[in-house]
Amino acid sequence: MYVAVKGGERAIEAAHGWLAEERRGDVAVPELSVAQIRAQMALAVNRVMAEGSLYDPDLAALAIKQARGDLIEAIFLMRAYRTTLPRFGASEPVETGAMRCDRRISATFKDAPGGQVLGPTFDYTHRLLDFALAAEGETPPAPEAVAAQRAMPHVMGYLDREGLMEGAGAGDAVPPDMTRQPMELPACRALRLQALARGDEGFLLGLAYSTQRGYARNHAFVAELRIGAVAVEMEIPELGVSVELGEVVLTECETVNQFTGSKTEPPQFTRGYGLVFGQTERKAISMALVDRALRWRELGEEDEGAPAQDEEFVLMHADNIQATGFLEHIKLPHYVDFQSELELIRKLRREAGAGREAAE
Amino acid sequence: MGDILQRKAWMGLLARAEAGELDRLWRAAGIAPDHICLRPPEIGTVMVRGRAGATGAPFNLGEMVVTRCAVRLGDGRVGHGHVQGRGKDHARHAALVDALMQGPEAAHLRAAVLDPLAGAEAARRAARARKAAATKVDFFTLVRGED
Repeated sequence: MYVAVKGGERAIEAAHGWLAEERRGDVAVPELSVAQIRAQMALAVNRVMAEGSLYDPDLAALAIKQARGDLIEAIFLMRAYRTTLPRFGASEPVETGAMRCDRRISATFKDAPGGQVLGPTFDYTHRLLDFALAAEGETPPAPEAVAAQRAMPHVMGYLDREGLMEGAGAGDAVPPDMTRQPMELPACRALRLQALARGDEGFLLGLAYSTQRGYARNHAFVAELRIGAVAVEMEIPELGVSVELGEVVLTECETVNQFTGSKTEPPQFTRGYGLVFGQTERKAISMALVDRALRWRELGEEDEGAPAQDEEFVLMHADNIQATGFLEHIKLPHYVDFQSELELIRKLRREAGAGREAAE
Repeated sequence: MGDILQRKAWMGLLARAEAGELDRLWRAAGIAPDHICLRPPEIGTVMVRGRAGATGAPFNLGEMVVTRCAVRLGDGRVGHGHVQGRGKDHARHAALVDALMQGPEAAHLRAAVLDPLAGAEAARRAARARKAAATKVDFFTLVRGED
């Protein structure tokens, strides 16, 4: 129960003033610029765009600065800003096969055409703190090599051609949009993928890990992980043609999973899919594993009662802004609620005390 | 059809351009056409779609910030700009170049604005591709002992 209470304006104003001062920190230390955050905290910026579900690196960097590095708070700011903007339309589905890849690896085929391209990865680093970064210094330019102008086809295409892989499905139906209509369960795969793409990285990581440990086991191989820029095109109604609006960097993960067949499906490999804004590899792999776990019904698998198979559990708890909104509201004044609880406990204790006396 | 493909190409190039770069080239081109804004620069979003399994049914991935603008020149030519981000000048310049490219100024603008933009973009892309190529793995097989 909420009751309007007056008062506290002066305290709130002072708290916000102090927040601003603490955000700035020690004035003897130079202030961070938004451009610095965008350039040097790029993976934080990417996470804020992905979970804020709004691609704009400058805005995400500003949100991180305003939120003092609290990424969920920054995501909240992005979501709030988004609601102030009109929507011009929807893009054509992006062609990730035409991605200009910074990174492209396959854990299933060593000799995938186009090769294994590591890109700017933390993999194979020793995870030792680099104290050289604490000192100022120049970074030497990255090595370069002659780039072959070769296409980099999806690895999954090769398995597809042999018929060992389930179809990716087809259709050009307009997908449902959870930001426009309330989520209805059971959700189709398109709706699940939208919810997962903007879901909390930590939550999805935990769920994906649970499937690896045996809760809804579906042993996943990363058939392909690619990171790079893709063009975004939208039809301009005045022109009647689709034109490019710009480019976004995406991370795409396709998993291939063992599947021994079910009553409705022959033995074959099955798919899990992750697609996320920015360079967000951990999230994209997690998304693919959770997507695959949630597909048990359409593949005729058994419901093992595992958390990652439970669509309601996954989809209704993956959004960190919904979650934090409800969680954090319990710290706001509930004085009247609690007063009635207090009265109730006192009354019960009085009654229990009276009962004991009567028994003695 | 060739005309519309050309127009798509320059509109895409203008949308992908760095706003500062376009601004500089536009000023240097020295054109200040009479025009009215049919649609003043407006910031909004576009829902970006992907496909399940890269090739399957579409789904909504998330939105991107886009600024759009439409202009009409004194002689009636109409130009559209739809550009990524919140650059109102970027969108207006893109719309003006789009309108002007449909008339006698085309050759001048191609040389003064579009070609330099395309060159800069190609250089940026090539530099990234060379760095990616340097991280491509060359596998080699170790000779086995029993051979």
